[in-house]
This record gives sequence, structure tokens and C-alpha cells, in this order.
Amino acid sequence: MLAAIGVPSVDALYQDVPAAFRTGEIEGLPHHQSEMAVERALGRIAARNVPAGSVPFFAGCGAYKHHVPATVDHIIQRSEFMTAYTPYQPEIAQGTLQYLFEFQTQVAALTGMEVANASMWDGSTAAAEAVLMAHRLTKRNKAVLFGNLHPHYRAVIETISRYAHYETMALPSAPNTEFVESVDAETSCVVVQYPGVFGGARDLSALAELVHKAGALLIVVVTEAISFGALRSPGSMGADIVAAEGQSIGNGLNFGGPYLGLFATRQKFLRQMPGRLCGQTVDEDGKRGFVLTLSTREQHIRRDKATSNICTNSGLCSLAFTAHMTLLGEAGLRKLARLNHANAVALADKLAAVPGVEIVTRHFFNEFTIRTPKPGAAVIDALVDEGVIGGVPASRLFPGEERLDDLIIVAATETNTSGDRDAYAAALAKVLA
Amino acid sequence: MTDMTTKFFAKGAQPSTHTGNRGLQIEEPLIFEAGALETSGVDFEEPEAFESRLGDVERHDSIGLPGLSEPETMRHYVRLSQKNYSIDTGIFPLGSCTMKHNPRINEKMARLPGFGDIHPLQPQKTIQGAIELMAVLSEWLTKLTGMPAVALSPKAGAHGELCGMTAIRAALEARGEAQTRRVVLVPDSAHGTNPATAALLGFEVRAVAADKDGTVRAAAVREALGPDVAAMMITNPNTCGLFEPEIAEIAAALHEAGAFLYCDGANFNAIAGRVRPGDLGIDAMHINLHKTFSTPHGGGGPGSGPVVFSESLAPFAPLPLIRKDGDSFALIENESETQGEHPFGRLVAFHGQMGMFVRAVSYMLSFGVDGVRQASEDAVLNANYIRAGLRDVMSQPFGDKVCMHEVLFDDSFLKGTGLSTLDFAKAMIDEGFHPMTVYFPLVVHGAMLIEPTESEGKQSLDQFIGALRSLVRAATQGDAERFKGAPHYAPRRRLDETRAARQPVLSYSPAQSKAAE
Repeated sequence: MLAAIGVPSVDALYQDVPAAFRTGEIEGLPHHQSEMAVERALGRIAARNVPAGSVPFFAGCGAYKHHVPATVDHIIQRSEFMTAYTPYQPEIAQGTLQYLFEFQTQVAALTGMEVANASMWDGSTAAAEAVLMAHRLTKRNKAVLFGNLHPHYRAVIETISRYAHYETMALPSAPNTEFVESVDAETSCVVVQYPGVFGGARDLSALAELVHKAGALLIVVVTEAISFGALRSPGSMGADIVAAEGQSIGNGLNFGGPYLGLFATRQKFLRQMPGRLCGQTVDEDGKRGFVLTLSTREQHIRRDKATSNICTNSGLCSLAFTAHMTLLGEAGLRKLARLNHANAVALADKLAAVPGVEIVTRHFFNEFTIRTPKPGAAVIDALVDEGVIGGVPASRLFPGEERLDDLIIVAATETNTSGDRDAYAAALAKVLA
Repeated sequence: MTDMTTKFFAKGAQPSTHTGNRGLQIEEPLIFEAGALETSGVDFEEPEAFESRLGDVERHDSIGLPGLSEPETMRHYVRLSQKNYSIDTGIFPLGSCTMKHNPRINEKMARLPGFGDIHPLQPQKTIQGAIELMAVLSEWLTKLTGMPAVALSPKAGAHGELCGMTAIRAALEARGEAQTRRVVLVPDSAHGTNPATAALLGFEVRAVAADKDGTVRAAAVREALGPDVAAMMITNPNTCGLFEPEIAEIAAALHEAGAFLYCDGANFNAIAGRVRPGDLGIDAMHINLHKTFSTPHGGGGPGSGPVVFSESLAPFAPLPLIRKDGDSFALIENESETQGEHPFGRLVAFHGQMGMFVRAVSYMLSFGVDGVRQASEDAVLNANYIRAGLRDVMSQPFGDKVCMHEVLFDDSFLKGTGLSTLDFAKAMIDEGFHPMTVYFPLVVHGAMLIEPTESEGKQSLDQFIGALRSLVRAATQGDAERFKGAPHYAPRRRLDETRAARQPVLSYSPAQSKAAE
């Protein structure tokens, strides 16, 4: 090969690199290993973690332990899906494009909106993109962030807003916040989570009306996608943009990523939407086919005038989502959501019976907040020693907000058994005794 | 094309079949046309009687989404998958995208319950291995780049750019220069994400033209520099497949003027293990784990774009941070727990693309530092072999010279044939290949950017070269129909993209489905 190229050595191919910068072997990193050795090395590291499936497990707050059918994991490992690129040559990427079209349809239906894109990186970045989109649409520059918004989501929105020179106003965090009159003529959007980070779910119609009256947009953040099967859709309550985390459908916990952002809005806002869109068309023979479309919004065409800098999205995670959703169908999703709610209600009743424990959230889907007589962080830590992962202490998400220190956010899903609930209640009673 | 094939593919010439399917060419309906609202392929136990606590937000209306049974679901997606080209199908020579083999050991490791089934907010004493894995990845990335710090959380390359440029902004703020330094220099050959990222942060983008050899001159950068310049974003090796020979002088000029150098590391796979970007004077660079470190592209994601930082930017890296104390690890999730760092904020919920971290570390451990270096060399060798095999029949915009991991051609070899780069690309599909990247970089007319990666052996490269040579011959001999009508043998002929954009149909509705038929 070198002879065909006409160079004496591979070194000669690096001739444009000034000699001073051509490094010898980099020190301190291991040499290649066999597959068995790699499995041993990574197996040792993995064994230092406690998998959610190995203990009674009740942590949520934006990532949920749900069962992923074996079919879904098989489908996403098909070579033709997993090792394909973004479908820039649509004639030989109809598989990817058709599932994206199906995915968009499902997301629009679940959220009660008119159009959805082909996915974003995750829920938090989708929420930040929604805020930027609202600024573009309203030509205003202030976002009001509700107190029930996940603090990581709030931080992501605040970070991008700060460096992109937009304003944010975060309302105080608490399990049962009231709607505050904080929308003014500068407000482009109000961001509210549904159900909230403390688990509470409430009707957003009145808020939507108030926001719209002020000429602003309502952004509804959803971090638990299974809730679509049990709760009224954000669209039916007046949402203008829905930014959601889709992990719960088809995707494992994976320590927080990769996940997928769901992004849906009204037809009239289509041109300001970020991210990839898949559209239906026909080929030269008049056969139905699908292509990426409206790319004049995107960075590879518009460069510095693009609606977003997003390029790679969450293709394979959206395949997991859509395959799981297809397997469930509406009937299965509703059953699954009902089971989640039932397990949460059963858990709430169990925990309420533990002396000193108070259930703080009145209406909820599969997650609620409890108040304990000891600091939540200490309780969760002690529960680990009893073999139970009992939720997320509010202090982990709201450090420095001492009034929230005695709260624990607890999630229940279809994966919990009555034995898990009994174990939790018994361990909690012991820890609090 | 022969008369017979013309006839065979002429519209309506084929006798129809009952289903419309023929052999392995199977049409697949949308799930909304095939499924039913009451069908579900998942079985759940019935919960015991309970009293709903959903309050007034309980859903009573139908969602309108049909389901399929398990075998129907499997068949639907397997049939769809067969309409896709993938790396496992054949060479996927998309320049700048790096479609290398995705080892399955990576998939197996990412699915270990200790990695795949852990929650991002579990108590830290139950996820010591997860943080250790992040520390191992950090060590590899900092050592390979010769840079002291890394932020793992960015979700993809463009997110990494945002991370790096935000750190630059934070550093300027700390110096009190954020208001005065408003300009970011970007060479006109850059990825579209570069100017898009700079604009998102409110920077003004100033283009710097490359020299006629396709690389940027330090003198041109010096000329564009002023007290208003915050940074330059440069890709190295650049999008023309060339190493920027004056990169260190460019870095020095920027630093002298008080500005920073951001490097788009999309093409790190040409130099990993051979050149340390830190030695060149780079201040921040994202690394696409889905390019250099073999995590699958998944039909457009998920990616992962960690960012390495120089000493001057390291204190501004975003949350979360990793701390190591002997064998025990901690994730710093909040600013109140920092010790002397000034994180610019948070880019994402939780800690980044853990699933991709595991896959990348699996690749790193398998290849080792020696294998990573060899992979870079083989990628460069393969690209140059393609260049050598095609240089006499295709045209190179900057003359015939050594390239890095990808080789760039323009469309001047098609002059007089009436054919475009797009025609040439579509004809490649009929030869059984995925086309190269076309019309990028924008600075080259009718660009064709070929990146074979190290995964291809000589036989595969020879086939690819042979196919392209025969296409060039056909093009110059006037066999226009072979190109203009291409592809003839794909699941679809050329698709009407104008119609898709003018009358957007972005979700299924029964009426529009009928209209398309």
C-alpha cells in the first residue's frame, strides 16, 4: 500500500505535522488486551455498583427503573439500525426514516401536540431548547421557571440563558407551590413540570390561560413518559411546547444517559423548532418514502443563523422508545401506567403507616414526597445499609435549602413487588426508630 | 443501462403481486396502518384494588396509538431494518463522520447490570464503580490529548462545542473581558455546528479564509486578530482532510492577543496516539466518542462529546466534577461542594452519556495505547491508498498531496459530463456502496469527502476504488442514465425533498397517507 501511495513509511504520511509535535508512545496507558481480559477489567469495575434490579429500588427524579422487553433490546441491536449513520442518503435509510416518522407521530399523540421532532439529547437539553425557541417566537427574553422544575433542568436552562444573555427567574422550590403572578411583558415563557419533581400532578389549564393572556408561551416539562398513559396530555391543557424525557419508554437507567429528549409543539411554531425532522414524500416512481426535511432551520445549512446547534440526536434511543411504544400500544401503555400508579398508591399507604412519616404530595402519578423526622440524606444513607434504595433526598437536588432537608422523593414503578414495599417500610421503621 | 433493465424498472411495467412484495423486496406499512388500538404485545398483572390519587388530571380520552403483537413488532422492525445500509453491510465512507467498526464487546459491557442498571441519583457509595469508570475515561482522554482536565457531560459533539465555548466565555468574564471580546474566528471550511455554537452564545462570527492549499495561515489569523477577538474555532485535521501545519503558531498568536483556541476534535481519529493537541497549544477540544472511540452512531445518535481543557480553562469546567481519594470516588454535583474551581454551570441533567463512556473505555482497553496509535495510522494509510487509487481519474482541489484520515475530491472531473456530485453519489448506491460525504466542506465545489477508517482491509479498499473508477469511466463515456436515474436498485428511487419541505407531512394521518398513494 505504501508503494502505491509512493511514500517510504507511515511516518511520511504525517509529514504535515511539525516534527516537534509527533509524539512517541504516550506513557501511563495500558497496551491492548484480549476480549477476556477486557471483560474481567470492566466486570471488576461494574461489580462495585449496586444495580437497581438487585435491591428494593425507589429512586426517580427524572430517571425511572422500568422493565424493557427483550424484544426492544434485540431490535436496537440490529446491525442495520445500530451501525447506520444519520439518514442523509434516504434511498438506503428508509428503515431509520420510517421509524422516525412513526416516532414523531407517537410523540405528538402522547403529548397532545401537533408536531414532534425526531428527538433531542435528553429532557433537560430539550427544555433549554424550548426556552430558546420561545424567545425567538415571542421576541422577548425572560423565562419564568416554576418551583416544581427538576433542579438539574433549571440549572441547564440557567446556564445557557446566562451565557446567551437571556434572563431567567426561578420561583421558590417546594412540594406544593402555588402559581405566582410573575409573568410580565418581558416574559417569553413559563416552564412548569408535570408531574413536578416532587411528584405532584395538577391541572395546568388555569396557568396556561394566565400565561397566554400575557402573550407568553407555556412550556410543559415531563420527566416520566409513562405518565402520558394515565394523565391528561399537556396539549389538552394548553401547552405551547412540550419538552420531555423519554427514557422511561424503552430505555434503561444507564446512570443518566444516553436518554432521549421528546420535543413537541403547535403546527404554527414549526419553523422555529430545533432538531431534525422526518417528513413523508414520494420517490420518482410515486412510492411513499421518508426524508429529513425543513433542514433550512439547521446548522449544516444555516450555520450561524440556525435555530439550534444540535446535529447528532438520540436516534437509537428513539428507536427503543418507538419499538417499546409499538409493543405496548395505547392499551398496554394505559395498563402499564395504571400499574405504576397502583404501586405508588400502595407504597404511599405502606410508608404512611411508618411512625413519624408524612406523605407530602396529595395528587401524584408514580412519585411522591415524604417528610421524615430525620434528615432525608441520612435516612437514605442508612437505608442502603438495610439493602434498600429508598428514593432521592431533596437535599441532593436542593443543597443549601434547609427547609427541604427532611424530604425524600420516592418513586414506584411496575418493577416493584409487594415484597419490595414491605422491605422498604420495615427498613424505614428501623432507621427512624 | 441496458434496454432490458430500463424496461424492468419502467413505471408500471412489472406485473403486480398480491401484496406488492417481491422476493426479499418487502414493503412495510406504518404501524398506524397495521396495528389496532386494543392490541398490545406486553402482558401485565392486574394491580390489587386501589383508590386513584390522580385527582383532576386523570386521562379519560383516547391517545389514538395502535399496538402490535410481539411477533408483529419484531417483523415490522426487522423488515424496516432491511431497508438500511450500515457499517455492518459494507464500507461507509462518510468523510468527517468516521464510520468505523463497532465492536460488540462494547455492547456487552454497557449492558452489564453494574453499568446499564444503575440510577444517576443512587447514593454515591452504591455507584463507586460508575465514578471509577468515568475516572478511567478521563485519564485516557487527558493523557491522549496532553491536556490536564476534562468535562465528560456533553451529549454530543455540538454540545461539546457549547461546553468549550462557554468555558472560554466564563474565563473571559473572570478577566473582565467578556463585553469587549465579542468575535469568534471560524475558517470557512468549518463544520456548520461551529458558527451555530458561537452564534448561540452571542458571539459574532468572523470567517477566516484558508490559503489556496486548503489550510489556514498564521499570518491570516494574525491579520484577523484584534482586542475584540475572544477565540478561534478550528478543526484539526481540518475538514479537507489536511493537518493544519501552522496550528501551533496560530495558537501562539491567539494567546499573545489574549484569545483562546478551540479545536473541533471530530477528526481526532487521524492523530490519536501520534499527536497530543495540548502540545499544539489548544485550550479546549471536544472528542466525539462515537467517532474516534467506536461507539455506534445508531442512525443519528446517541453520541457523546467530552471536552478536554488547558490549564487556563480547567477551573471553569462544568458540573459534575470527579474527585478521587485513593480507591474512593466522589461526584461533585453542586457548586457549593467545589474547592477552588469555578464551574460555569451545568450542561445537562445528571452526568453525561454513561452508556457511551463504558463502550469507549471498552474500546480503549481492547486497543490499548499502542492500538489506538495504530488505528490512527491505518486510517491515514487507508485514506491515502484511496487517494492513490483515484488520483488519476478524479480531481483533488488542492493538488495531489498527502492527506490525513480522509481524502477530498471536487467535481471538476465531471466537467462536461452534465453530471453532478449528487448523481455520482447516487450511482454509487447502485454499485452497492454508501456514498461519501457530498457537498461538504462548502469551500470546495461539488465536494466528495471520503473517509474509509482503519476498519477496511486492502481487499475492501480495492473493490471500492475499482467501483469508483468504473463509475468515472461510465460518466466520461456519456452513460448519463446510469447516473441521472440512480439509484435504480435501492428500496426507493430518488425522493422528492422539495415536496417534503413545501408541504410538510411530519406525522401520520389517514387522509395524507391516502393522498401519497
